[in-house]
Formats: sequence, structure tokens, C-alpha cells
Amino acid sequence: MWNTENFQRLIEEPAYRSIIGRTVFMAVLVTVTDAVLAFPFAYFMARVASRRVQTLLFAAVLLPLWASYLARVYAWILILNHNGLLNWSLQSIGLPPAEIGYTNVAMWIVFSYIWLPFMIIPTYAALERVPESLLEAAADLGARRWRAVRDVVLPLALPGVVAGSIFTFSLTLGDYITPILVGGAGSSFIGNVIYSNVGIANNIPFAAALAIVPVAIMAVYLLIAQRLGAFEAL
Amino acid sequence: MWTRVFLRIWAALILVFLFTPIVLIFVYAFNTSNIQSWPIPGFTLDWFERTWEDAEVRRALSLSLQAGLTATALALVLGSCAAFAVHRMTWFGREVVSLLFVLPLALPGIVTGISLNAFFAFGGIPLSTWTIVVGHTTFCMVVVYNNVVARLRRTQGSLIEAAMDLGANGFRVFRDITLPLISTSIVAGAMLAFALSFDEVIVTTFTAGAQNTLPLWIFGAIRLGQRLPEVNVVVSFVILVTIIPVLIAARLTGGGATRVPAAGV
Repeated sequence: MWNTENFQRLIEEPAYRSIIGRTVFMAVLVTVTDAVLAFPFAYFMARVASRRVQTLLFAAVLLPLWASYLARVYAWILILNHNGLLNWSLQSIGLPPAEIGYTNVAMWIVFSYIWLPFMIIPTYAALERVPESLLEAAADLGARRWRAVRDVVLPLALPGVVAGSIFTFSLTLGDYITPILVGGAGSSFIGNVIYSNVGIANNIPFAAALAIVPVAIMAVYLLIAQRLGAFEAL
Repeated sequence: MWTRVFLRIWAALILVFLFTPIVLIFVYAFNTSNIQSWPIPGFTLDWFERTWEDAEVRRALSLSLQAGLTATALALVLGSCAAFAVHRMTWFGREVVSLLFVLPLALPGIVTGISLNAFFAFGGIPLSTWTIVVGHTTFCMVVVYNNVVARLRRTQGSLIEAAMDLGANGFRVFRDITLPLISTSIVAGAMLAFALSFDEVIVTTFTAGAQNTLPLWIFGAIRLGQRLPEVNVVVSFVILVTIIPVLIAARLTGGGATRVPAAGV
């Protein structure tokens, strides 16, 4: 029997729409955050640091990527809890404690942390390929440093940033472990609903219909990324 | 001038951001208190002993090792054979197969997970250690394949031709020329595959049945907020066990192997 019942349920029930909305919003937010954090770092790595420092930084970025995913999420539970490192640091500089453990803010921080290396590496690779001669040409034509960065470096580095965003976006979109561990009540992602429909409710057809959502979103995202030249920067 | 100062400070802050959480876990593993608060009141080695004596942790460790080693062994055979087939020969559908091979790494783990789960349910196969091994092999194979294919592309065909001109047969060429050239890439692939498997949660959740691997045990304990002192120790151990093979792999391939992004796992 073939029917579209599961897809109808997906579209019609507001609860599922808000879960899809939350997941996509978080994926966008994390992607933007990581791009902002990664760009100056990658710029330093590619264009300021010496060869030796460059190699060291490269290893330093990759190492956390390979250290256990669960370990890194767990570390943030320790940092963000009421008596954790964050509140201790805030207190020691005379600020009131921040109660952000088990909230959407906690999820935002943790996601931005675990996927950051995925943004740094392609951005760095793209920045490293920008020829020095182009910057010299811009300077010869009278462009100040900032102008040259904005008009020459940024457009050339964009495919790298978009390549990184494929990872940060898709990995956030498909995650369900971080929402379980650091999100509070009402922080379910698409993945959590899929997970509970396979494990607890045992409704695999609905889970499969739901799994189409991130796959479809990613298909659109990849098409746009390809247009922006991200695939050559991977 | 000021731009450089800004960039330097920014880079330093990002490094602090990247490494503080990891260092913190190692510190907490020595915590004398069983309450996880900062700063820790003192240092002790007790939790290492307690964790080692915990039968549940040991069972989980042995299952993780068993699944990881078996999946790595299978991935070595399947991944390197596939790499040879794709590199050496041209055949109908080769491009599609090479794309399909890399796909499990790009798909969200949850999709691979429910697919396998549905497949086992459909075939009436009960979940066991073997279903975990099958699940892990799907992504372990990809790292081995990627590594070996990358190395094969860089080896010169002329070496093989020279050996053949000197009268070596196919087997001799493989043993004396090809294998020595690609051996480090195979070892590097195996190291990365084991590291991925040892740390995997998502696919394992859907293929493990009632058993716990080490990451599943950690996940359960964190979720319930129970036995956190032991979690600190186990988690520190898992970080070391996954990072050391990766460092060896990086050494063997001059850094190339570890660039493969582990998306979806």
C-alpha cells in the first residue's frame, strides 16, 4: 500500500513544523557563528603565521575533530552547569552567574564548538590559494588593506566558507545527540523525532518520511553551494 | 600593525576555546569529589581503579574492541579491494560505484542507522555483535578506500611497467612493488577506521540491540547523570584511544589521511 499520509501528517501538524523550523534555524545560526569565528583564525593561519606555526595550527585544529564527539559534548555539560567553569570564571571577575545549562543557548554553543574545525579547514585552504600578487596589484591601484580584503580576498575565499558551511549546516541538521544531552525541555530536533519513532513508537514509515526532510533540505543546499563554487574548494 | 595584533589575539582565543573543554575532562578524571563542580577540591587516582573494576564498563570495552577490530579487518579487505578495482580497471558504472562508496560518510548517521535497522528487521535478523560490525564496516570501509585510492593515484605506473619488463608476473609485481608502495596508506586507513568505530554512537544505537559499546555506555550515563566520576575516566580513555591512531595515521601519510572529513559519523 502506497500513500502520502505520513507526509500530510508532517505538513499539517504544527508541532512538526515548529520542530523543523527550530532545527533549520539552529543550523543557520551555527553556520553563521562558525563562519565569523573561523574567518579571522583562518586568515591568520594562511597569511600571517610562519610556515612552522601554520603546520602546528593545522594539527591543533584537526586534533579536537578526532577527539570523541561525546567527550566534547560532555565537556560542555561540565562547563555550563551551575557550578561549572563558566560560572566560576564569571564570578571571579565579579559578574552574576549565567544559567544557560540545558537551554537552546547551550545547544548553540556546543554545536558551534564541535563543528568549528570543519569551517576552519576549507576557509584556510581557500585563503591560502589567494595569490599575493593580487593583493599587491590592489595596493598598487591605491586600495587600502581593508579595501583589498573586502574586494579581493573575501570573494575569492567565499567558496571555501561555503564548503565549510556544508558541513556545519548538514551536521547540525542531522544531529539528535546534542539536543538530548545539552538541550532542555522543548529543544527537540528533526533527528530526535526520527529517533523516537524508530526506537519507542516503532513507526518506521513515519520516521522515513521525516528523514526525507533533512535529505531534501541538503539537496537544495548542495545545489546552491555548487553554484557558488564550493565543490572545487572541498 | 593593529590588524596583526587583533588576528594574533583572535587565533589565541580560538585555540583556548578549542582545547579548554578537552583538557578539562582530563582534570575532572582526577577529581576527589563525586560532584562535578569547578574548581575540583583535590586530585586522586581512585576513579581509575573503580572504573577498571566496573564489570559493565569492562563488558562495554570488550564489545567496543571486538566490534572495532572486526569492522576494521573487514573494511581493510573490502576497502582496499574496491580501491584496486576502481583504480586499475575501467568498467561500466565505475563512477557511480565510486560515488556510492563515499556516500555513507556524507549521509547523516541517523539515515544509515534507520536504513540498517529497517533492513535487519525486514530480514528477520536479530540485533547482535555482528549487526554492529556490519554497521561500522559501512563507514570504516570508506576511510580505507579513500586512503588507498589517493595513494594509488599518486604511485607511478612506470614502476609496475619496469617490473613487468624485467619479467615479474602479476603476483610478484603486487608483492614486491605495489604492496610496499601502498602499505602505509593501508595501515593509516585501518587506524582511522578503528578510531571512527571506537567512538561511534549513532549507527551503533540502531544496530546494537540490548548490548552496550563504550560510547553507548557513556551516552546512557551522561543522559541519566549517573556515575559521572567513571564517565570522566572512560571519556579520557576514549579520547586517547581515538587520538593516538589518528596521530600515527597522520605520520604515515604526511597529514593527508586525516584531512578526510568525518562527516556524519
